[in-house]
Amino acid sequence: MSIFVDAESKVVVQGLTGREGTFQALQMKNYGTDIVAGVTPGKGGTIHEGIPCFNSVEQAVGETGADVSIIFVPRQFCSDAILEAAFSGIRLVVCITEGIPALDMMRVKTLLGELGVRLIGPNCPGIISPGKTKVGIMPGHIHKPGRVGVISRSGTLTYEVVDQLTRLDLGQSTCIGIGGDPIPGTNFIDCLELFEQDADTNAIVLIGEIGGNAEESAAHYIHDHVTKPVTCFIAGQTAPPGRRMGHAGAIISGGTGTAREKIAVMKECGIAVAENPAVIGTTLASLL
Amino acid sequence: MKIHEYQAQNLLKQYGIPVLPSGVADTVEQGLELARTLFDRGCSKLFVKAQVHAGGRGKAGGILPAADLAEAEDAIRRILGMTLITPQTGSEGKLVRKVMVVEASGPIACELYAGIVLDRQRERPVVMVSGEGGTEIEEVAAKMPERILKEHVHPLGGMNPFQGRNLAWRLNLSGDLIQQAARLFVNLYQMFIDLDCSQVEINPLVLTRDKKLIALDAKINFDDSALFKQVEIASMRDLSEESNLEVEASRHGLNYIKLDGNIGCMVNGAGLAMATMDIIKYYGGAPANFLDVGGGATEENITEAFKIILADKDVRSVLVNIFGGIVRCDRVARGIITAAGNANLTRPLVVRLVGTNADEGNRLLRESGLSIQTAEEMADAAQKVIAVLGGGGR
Repeated sequence: MSIFVDAESKVVVQGLTGREGTFQALQMKNYGTDIVAGVTPGKGGTIHEGIPCFNSVEQAVGETGADVSIIFVPRQFCSDAILEAAFSGIRLVVCITEGIPALDMMRVKTLLGELGVRLIGPNCPGIISPGKTKVGIMPGHIHKPGRVGVISRSGTLTYEVVDQLTRLDLGQSTCIGIGGDPIPGTNFIDCLELFEQDADTNAIVLIGEIGGNAEESAAHYIHDHVTKPVTCFIAGQTAPPGRRMGHAGAIISGGTGTAREKIAVMKECGIAVAENPAVIGTTLASLL
Repeated sequence: MKIHEYQAQNLLKQYGIPVLPSGVADTVEQGLELARTLFDRGCSKLFVKAQVHAGGRGKAGGILPAADLAEAEDAIRRILGMTLITPQTGSEGKLVRKVMVVEASGPIACELYAGIVLDRQRERPVVMVSGEGGTEIEEVAAKMPERILKEHVHPLGGMNPFQGRNLAWRLNLSGDLIQQAARLFVNLYQMFIDLDCSQVEINPLVLTRDKKLIALDAKINFDDSALFKQVEIASMRDLSEESNLEVEASRHGLNYIKLDGNIGCMVNGAGLAMATMDIIKYYGGAPANFLDVGGGATEENITEAFKIILADKDVRSVLVNIFGGIVRCDRVARGIITAAGNANLTRPLVVRLVGTNADEGNRLLRESGLSIQTAEEMADAAQKVIAVLGGGGR
C-alpha cells in the first residue's frame, strides 16, 4: 500500500505543452506513471509526445477517467487551474508551481475543503510511491520501494534524505513534498495520520524548516497519536530573523518560528532529531 | 516587500483611515515648503521623520519635533542625508534620502494598536487590537497575551461590521467611538485583502482627547508572490533601501541573502540551501550567504549566481551543492564552466552534483580543465570547502 497515490492513479498534466510540463511528463511516464491526458486550452484534440491533449480538465476526466492532476501552469493561472481540477472530479491535485499569492491560496484551500478535494503543494516537488507511480518532479532513480514514509516542506532536501535512505537500503512507501508556502494544501499532520494507518509504512521521516509552527503541531500530534518511529530534521538553524529564506513560508517573524524552538519541541515530544542534514538516514536507521 | 511610512500613510488615506496631514520631501527646500504650508494652516507643532525601512528611528535621532519654521529647517537639515543607525539597520546604518513632514496630533487620551497578519495555523487572517499601543506588539504578546484581542476572519466571508464592533467594545471604547473604530478595522482589513498584504500594523493608533482615532504610524508589508498582480504596489518598491547584491540577484530570479561568514554557497532549493548552511556551521565553518538558484535555473542565472557570490569580498571559498530535480545537473555544470571562464575564479571551489543528469554534469566539469574539487556526500562537501580555508572556518 501507499498513501494518496498508487499504480492505479490516472494522471492528467495541466500545462503539459509547456517546457517543464513536457520534460516532467516524459520523466513521469518513463518512471511508469499512468499519464492519461494533458490539458492546454486551445490544444484539445492534438497529441503531444504521445499524450492526448484536451481543452479542459472536465473533458480530460470524462474521456480518460483521470483522478489525479499535476499542475505546471504559470503562477498567475494556478489558482484557476487548481479550482478547475477540483470542480472537474479530480480527487487529488498536485501543484508544483511556486509563487502563488498567499491570500489566493487561502481562498482556494477553503473551497477545496468544501469540495473534499485534496491538494498537495503548491511550491512542492510532488509525491512518489516508489515502484508504483511518481506524480512530481523528483528524480525517480534515487528512490527505492520500501517501508519508510517521508514528509517534507522542501524539494531538494527531500531528495537528499531519500538518497541517504536508499543508500542505507531503507526503501520508501511514499514521499510527499508538502511545499514551502505559508498555507500548504496538505500539512504534516494529514500525512502523519495516513502513514500511521498505512500497514506498509513502518517508520517516518519528517523534514521541517523555519517559519510558522507546523513542526510544533506535528510534534505534539506524533507524541499523542503516532506509534511508529519518527526522525526529524529542521532546516534553517543559521537563518537570520526577519528574512525570507527562499520559500515564502520560511521566515522567522516576531521571534517565532526558529529552528531552535522547533527542535526543542520535537525533543520534548520524544522525537529523534538528526543533528545535521547528513545523518538523517542514519538517525532513522538507529531507531529500527 | 516593504514600503516607506509616507507611502503607507497614503494607502491608509485611500482606505478612509484617518491620518495626520503630511508630505514627503527629498530636498531641504521641499521640506521647508511642506512645513510652511502646515504652519500656515494653523498647525502648532510638527515632526520631521526620516524615511528608511527600519524601526527604532526615534531613539536614533531620526524623528525630531519642530514648533516653528526655523526649528523645522534645523530638523530637516539634520535628518536629510544623515546615516541613521538603529538596531534594525545594522552597524553600517542607512542613508536618509527622504523625510516626511507631518503635523503633530492634538492631546492624546490613549494609544491603541491594530494589526492584521495571516494566521498560518488557522489559515485565515487575524485582526489584532490592543490597548497597549506605542510599544512593540511582540513584547505585549510575550508579557501580557491577554491584552491582545483577536478576531479571525473567514477567508470567503470577509470581515463583517459586527467583528469590528466586537473588537471596539472589547477595547473598552464606547458611544460613537465603537462605530468609528469598527469602520477603521473593517477598512484596514479591506486594504489587507485588496493589496495582498502580508502584514499591516497601525502602532500607535491614537485616541485623541476630542475622541478621534488617528493612525500615527503604520507599517505595511506585502506578499512578494502577489507583486505580479499588484502593479501599483510593486512600483512603490525603493531599491535604494535594499542590498545591491540582493537586488541584482532578484533581477536574475535568484534568491540571495548576504550573511556574515566566508564560505559562499550556491544551492538549488531553499530547504537544501538552509541545510547546506547548517552543515557548514556544524563542521565549524561560516556561510557567507544563502543562495537558492531556484527550480527553473538556466545556464545564464547560474552564471549570474556565481558573479553575485564572487562579488562578495568576504567569500574565501565556494560550495556548490546541487541535487537535480527540475534543475538538470548538466545545465548547472555548463553554468559553472561559463562563469569560471568569465570571472577570475581564483577562490577554491567544491562542487557536489547529484540527481538528474548528474553523470553528464560531472563529465562536463571533469573535461573543462577547471580546478574543482568534487564531492559525493554532503558532509564530505562541507568538510572539503572548510578544509581549503586552512584551519577553522574563519
